[in-house]
Amino acid sequence: MHPAPSIILFTTLSGLGFGLLAFLGLGMPGPTGWAAFAFFTIAFALAGGGLIASAFHLGHPERALKAFTQWRSSWLSREAWTSAATLAVMGLYALGRIFFAADWQMLGGLGAALAVLAVCSTAMIYGSLRAVPRWHMWLTPVHFLTLSAAGGALLAGQVGLATPLLALAAAVQLGLWMQGDRAFKRSGTSLASATGLRGGMVRAFEPPHTGTNYLLREMVHVVGRKHATRLRAIALILGYGLPILLLLLPFNHWLGLLAVLTHVLGIFASRWLFFAQAEHVVGLYYGKR
Amino acid sequence: MTQLPHSTARKLGLVIDLDTCVGCHACVISCKGWNTENYGAPLSDTDAYGANPSGTFLNRVHSYEVQPENGAAQLVHFPKSCLHCDNAPCVTVCPTGASYKRAEDGIVLVNESDCIGCGLCAWACPYGAREMDAVEKVMKKCTLCVDRIYNENLPEEDREPACVRTCPAGARHFGDLGDPDSDVSQLVAERGGIDLMPEQGTAPVNKYLPPRPRDRLDEVDVLAPYLDPVATEPQGFLGWLDRALDALPGGKG
Repeated sequence: MHPAPSIILFTTLSGLGFGLLAFLGLGMPGPTGWAAFAFFTIAFALAGGGLIASAFHLGHPERALKAFTQWRSSWLSREAWTSAATLAVMGLYALGRIFFAADWQMLGGLGAALAVLAVCSTAMIYGSLRAVPRWHMWLTPVHFLTLSAAGGALLAGQVGLATPLLALAAAVQLGLWMQGDRAFKRSGTSLASATGLRGGMVRAFEPPHTGTNYLLREMVHVVGRKHATRLRAIALILGYGLPILLLLLPFNHWLGLLAVLTHVLGIFASRWLFFAQAEHVVGLYYGKR
Repeated sequence: MTQLPHSTARKLGLVIDLDTCVGCHACVISCKGWNTENYGAPLSDTDAYGANPSGTFLNRVHSYEVQPENGAAQLVHFPKSCLHCDNAPCVTVCPTGASYKRAEDGIVLVNESDCIGCGLCAWACPYGAREMDAVEKVMKKCTLCVDRIYNENLPEEDREPACVRTCPAGARHFGDLGDPDSDVSQLVAERGGIDLMPEQGTAPVNKYLPPRPRDRLDEVDVLAPYLDPVATEPQGFLGWLDRALDALPGGKG
């Protein structure tokens, strides 16, 4: 699939932001006043900024509000609801923390639960697509959730929690790659099933057009797949390994910041691969993957 | 509403005969022509006369080669457009309700004034039946020429999809696949029509008729054995040349 920069930015940053919001909602940490202002600003900038970035890939962003209507069937619509609800509830909770030094626990707990649902909805947009076998796995939502939990803990300064959560997220990431590499074959979709042609080896002889088209640009993205192994190594080292190492060192705010930065860089690489490596079954019709 | 109807009164769709299609692409052109001038946003072309032309099409014809274990390969032309699936994944993913399946005839359509151009429906479709228009930024797809088939301003013989009307080989058929007695249903039953990618669970309405087995050319003519070359070794001048060249370094001799 085409790795649109706006989508990579959105899913990475908003995942982190919602992770942080969940921890803030649970009172981990429970800052007040200016410290609370700083924490909530970062969380809202990441989660809200990600949402704004995602609007850039729409053909008609002026109609974006209509995306709230189909929550009964569409995970994208559910994502709109859950993220807007999380931001609203956590906005109220933040007011309490910042101005009244109050911990409205019910509100915070609700906000944290909504943040989990928001991350889940984002993941299910991809996880529900049967036409992209690499994404159509239960590991996809688990990957997004563990990643948000780890990144959120890291940003929230929960050093004790962040280390095991990062290790868990790394394990899920590895599992996702290993399962994903076998997913296309396991889906049972092949050129033979796509065309229904029997009685011999089927080969794409001639495409329908000499140039390219929307489908090939959007679904059959092959640039950079050749770097997959190297990018996986970069994602593992920067996204998970280095942050764990930095957290194991005696705690220091600068080391913490460095851990956050390497984590974000590594996750950008992982998320880029998440899209670039995802093969859509339509590629079969063009004799491509 | 992007929830799918529980059932549709009729299941209008196409039956495409892969045995008959000659790969002329006339259906592609007539589709583009009709759907650029009628229902919804026109189907744009970008850089049409430049180095990198690209355009929106609702119907495209692929060509495949089937190579049996023995014998000659067979070329199959393969038109592909929206299959108007009963269990259309493109409809349920739509966040705005722009994408919908009609309860009365099963046609899958896009309400372009509600489409935000997110492209998720195109991702959800395993067949590549939906294309985002590069100029209008809304999703385009086959409408089964909904503005022809019910159009009483057209002569009755024209009230079928443009691709079906234009096909010079008679490889495309249009009708109600929900009615077991309809011509198209009979054709599918008789010829063993198939679903594309049945494992994707989309339950497509459109059916494809597989190519019939070809005649085998084992025995071309009863006289063929008498036409076998008599001389297997070259004679005369050619024979001398053959031997002389073989005698040179690198030759057989």
